[in-house]
Amino acid sequence: MRDLYDRLKRSFPLGELTEQKPDLAFVTVPREQLRPLLQHLRDQEGFTHLVLLTAVDWLEDATFQLTYLMNNRLACRDLGVRVMLPRDGASMDSIHDLWPTAATYQRELREMFGIDFPGSPRVDEDFILEGWIRTPPYRRDFDTLKFSDEVFAPRPGRESSDPAQFMKKQLYPDGT
Amino acid sequence: MRDDFPKPPVRAELKKRVLETPDGQKIEIDPLQDYYCQSAPTVMPAAYSKIVEGLFNWARAESLWILGFGTGCGAIEMRPLMTPRFDAYRFGIQWRPTPRQSNLFVISGYLSVKTLKRVIRSYEQMQNPKYVVGLGSCTINGGMYFDSYNTITRLDQYLPVDVYIAGCMPRPEALLAGFEELKRIIRAGKAEGANKYAENFEWYKANQKRVIHDWDMPDYNW
Repeated sequence: MRDLYDRLKRSFPLGELTEQKPDLAFVTVPREQLRPLLQHLRDQEGFTHLVLLTAVDWLEDATFQLTYLMNNRLACRDLGVRVMLPRDGASMDSIHDLWPTAATYQRELREMFGIDFPGSPRVDEDFILEGWIRTPPYRRDFDTLKFSDEVFAPRPGRESSDPAQFMKKQLYPDGT
Repeated sequence: MRDDFPKPPVRAELKKRVLETPDGQKIEIDPLQDYYCQSAPTVMPAAYSKIVEGLFNWARAESLWILGFGTGCGAIEMRPLMTPRFDAYRFGIQWRPTPRQSNLFVISGYLSVKTLKRVIRSYEQMQNPKYVVGLGSCTINGGMYFDSYNTITRLDQYLPVDVYIAGCMPRPEALLAGFEELKRIIRAGKAEGANKYAENFEWYKANQKRVIHDWDMPDYNW
C-alpha cells in the first residue's frame, strides 16, 4: 500500500495514509481532488470496483465524512478514499458517471444523512423510507428514542436497561 | 409534538386526470374515488340463534387460513410449521396466497411503517370474520426495536389483535399453543376483531395516519 501511496502522492495532495491491514488502507483527499483521484485509481491503478460509498456523521466537528471504498480485484486490496464535508448544507459532486452503482449509494445518503448530490439520477426520490418528513434519521442529532416515544405510543410498563450497565451488574455485583 | 411538517407530494398515478379512451372519448378519472369502494366497514351481527352462532364459531375455529405475508423475521418460523416436523395442517391451519382467501393474519415480528401500510391494505381486504395474531415481542412493545425510527412499537394501536405470542423468536410450539388459544377464543365467541375494527374505525385510521405520512390509498381498501 505504501508504494501506491507514494505514487499517488506525486500527483495528488493526499492526507496521511491509515493502514488498517496489509490489504486495506484509508487516505483523505480534498473535495475537489476526489474525482480526478477516483478516475486515476480506476483507469491507471486497477481499482475498478466501487465497493461502497458511505458516510460518518462527526457531529462534534460539524463534519460529514464520506468514504469511497475501492477494490483492486487483481491485486486483492482495498483503498478507502475519505472526503470531509461541512455539515451545514452538505453537498457533494456526484460520481454516478464513473460507477453507475454510485447513484444508489447517493440516493441512500441523500435520504439517510441529507447529503445532496446534484445531478445524480433520481436522487430526490424516496429510497427506503416512504414519506419521511423530519430530520434525516442517520444524523446523530436525530434522537430515535425520543422520536419513537413521541410517535409510536409506547406501551406503558416497559423497562429497558442499558446492556453495558446490565452486564456489569450481572458480572460484578459488588461494583468492582 | 409538531404536526405541521410539509406533506410529501401525491404520486402521479393517483392524481385526478383526463384520459383519452381508444375510441376518442375524453374521460376524467380520480383514481382514489373511482377505483375503490368508498364505504366504511360495517359491524357483522351474530347469527339469529345462539346455537347456530356456536356452530359457526366452531367451524371458524377449525379452519384458520393464514395469509402468507411475512412482515418480519418471524416469518421464518412459518416454514417449520407448515412442513412435516410441526405440521400445522393437522390443526386445520393452512397458508393462503391472497387476503381474500384467508381469515388469519399473523404479524410475524417487527413491523416497519412501510410494511404497516401494506399490512393495513391486506387486512382490510380480508373477509369477515378475520383474526390477527401478533407474533414476537416486537408486536407487543417494540422488542429490540423499541427505539427505532421506522418500526412501530404497539400493534394494537393500528389493528385489533386477538392473541399475542411472546418471545424473540417464539418457537413453532409456541405458535401452535397460540393458535390453540385463538381457537378457544373463537369458539367462545370473543374473537370480534373485525367488528372492533369497524366500530373504532375512526380511531384506528387516526392512529394509522399519524405514522404513515404518504397516505396514497383510500381510507378503506376493501
